[in-house]
Amino acid sequence: MTNLMTVLRNLIFYSVILFVAIQVLARFFDFASKKLIKVGGGKKKLLIAGVGVFALVLPLLLAGEPYILRTSVMVLLYIVLALSLNIVLGQAGQLSLGHSAFYALGAYTMAILTVSFGVNFWIALVAGGVVAGIFGFVLGIPTLRLKGDYLAIVTVGFGEILRLILINWGTFTRGPAGIPGIPSPSFFGMAVKGNTGYYYIILVMVIVTIIISKRLEDSRLGRGLAAVKDDEIAAESMGVNPANMKILAFVLGAVIAGFAGGFFASFVHYVNPDNFTYMESVTILTMVVLGGLGSIPGVIVGAVILAILPEALRDISTYRYAIYGILLAMMMIIRPQGMISLDSLKRRSAADENPRSIWNFKSFRRSNGR
Amino acid sequence: MLKVQGIDVYYGGIHALRDLTFEIPAGKIVTLIGSNGAGKSTTLKAISNLVKCKGQILFEEENLLALPSEKIVGKGVIHVPEGRRIFTALTVEENLDMGSYLRKDKDGVAKDKEFVFKLFPRLKERAKQLGGTLSGGEQQMLAIGRALMSKPRLLMLDEPSMGLAPIVVQEIFSAIADLNKTTGLTVLLVEQNANIALQLADYAYVLETGSITIEGEAKALLTDDRVRKAYLGEA
Repeated sequence: MTNLMTVLRNLIFYSVILFVAIQVLARFFDFASKKLIKVGGGKKKLLIAGVGVFALVLPLLLAGEPYILRTSVMVLLYIVLALSLNIVLGQAGQLSLGHSAFYALGAYTMAILTVSFGVNFWIALVAGGVVAGIFGFVLGIPTLRLKGDYLAIVTVGFGEILRLILINWGTFTRGPAGIPGIPSPSFFGMAVKGNTGYYYIILVMVIVTIIISKRLEDSRLGRGLAAVKDDEIAAESMGVNPANMKILAFVLGAVIAGFAGGFFASFVHYVNPDNFTYMESVTILTMVVLGGLGSIPGVIVGAVILAILPEALRDISTYRYAIYGILLAMMMIIRPQGMISLDSLKRRSAADENPRSIWNFKSFRRSNGR
Repeated sequence: MLKVQGIDVYYGGIHALRDLTFEIPAGKIVTLIGSNGAGKSTTLKAISNLVKCKGQILFEEENLLALPSEKIVGKGVIHVPEGRRIFTALTVEENLDMGSYLRKDKDGVAKDKEFVFKLFPRLKERAKQLGGTLSGGEQQMLAIGRALMSKPRLLMLDEPSMGLAPIVVQEIFSAIADLNKTTGLTVLLVEQNANIALQLADYAYVLETGSITIEGEAKALLTDDRVRKAYLGEA
């Protein structure tokens, strides 16, 4: 009985901390995004350069801290995964719960090609992207007829089927035992050893993914995606072909996730089906939603927070999953639009030019979570 | 310009359009009036190839039924769907940009945007605002403005007066009249508000349960006994 009381007391304690943390973070991000919108060209470049330099020298700063460097690599990996899902979910509006399947395809392609066939890392990495992309195309086809919940079910099914194949097709995937001994890549004859090399590879992947997402957002194609997400019939009457748009989003998201999977396989030198469960898809989905659906900075923030959180909670490991759950529930109640939402960014910039708009006031209240 | 020849549309077992035939001459405003469920919106959807349909629809002698919707938009047959259907999560300006989705001529697009802003100055004031934050009338202006951005040759409007205050309806209809007069744009107007539609249009068709029952000069229909009884609410 006293034990139960302790647990309850602790949970309440953690809940209060989380509540305060969400409020503080929400205010911080609101404030920061408001400031950043106003920052003009030159300063913006300086800021990006600053972040870039920090990312570049981070491994040097962490020379004596392999654990933190390894965690940083995983954080960057999740940024790539979350951004790839964001193309499907945030930019095209298609609810996919099977994203870890593409991740798995990339990882297993890497594992099988390098271990069983001795293929070079870089070729296997591209092959992983291609294989995932092909399956993205196949999974994209049902999205033409299905929406929302129904599509979600199909994607869950796809993810589970793939995982079951990985477990049961023993001759090819070595079943539940997984594939060990995936080699490290070499770069112009130099073997990439240790975490630092991997860090720079994934950093490049993060940068490329951000550029792709950003270009997509600003392009005509991105506008087409946004239109399909908003109102399919209206988009069609503007001459957008919704079918092409949705399939494109699925393929693009899948290819990027496939690359991430290939990297992951090589990074941990071992894959097994347990790495790619439904929970993995949910984790990636949560990052996107928590950060802010459709907003690139938001998704990055979401990935960083949720990739670090399990590590930060190791000391109170008994409560880890409880805290994770409470965080998600609270987030959805207090701040459903995510930390940095696309909507609020847009609305706020519009509001600055139109200070008397009523909507302004509403958005102000909503972003404060009341 | 557009010839609809004997088209049939079925929704399951319901025969929505029955051997419908009518014509729209270039440069005119033609209206299709009728009560709920007469098949007005279905007719527009058939022309845009958004519903399955049998028969023949010729736009400048080319059969539209053979083309997918996005190709029809490319031909300049632009449909402003019922209920406006603007993109609520995009800004007013992005909505207009969506209208020019298929166009490659940047100068022409910029010029047309200026034109739309001149036609509806209120859209210019709200250019950076999200579409969903506009009033009903402004949304209708945006829907028409967006359609104008696709370089329409035939503009099809589905119930532009729906749910709007009479004064806003006046404003929008006089903008349509202006457009037709200054640019010679051909308009197919579908309306339940027969009175205002007949005042604006050159020629009118009355649609009843999927086929045309009365047709004639719009001004003539305004005084036609059958039309007055059924659609203008006069005894």
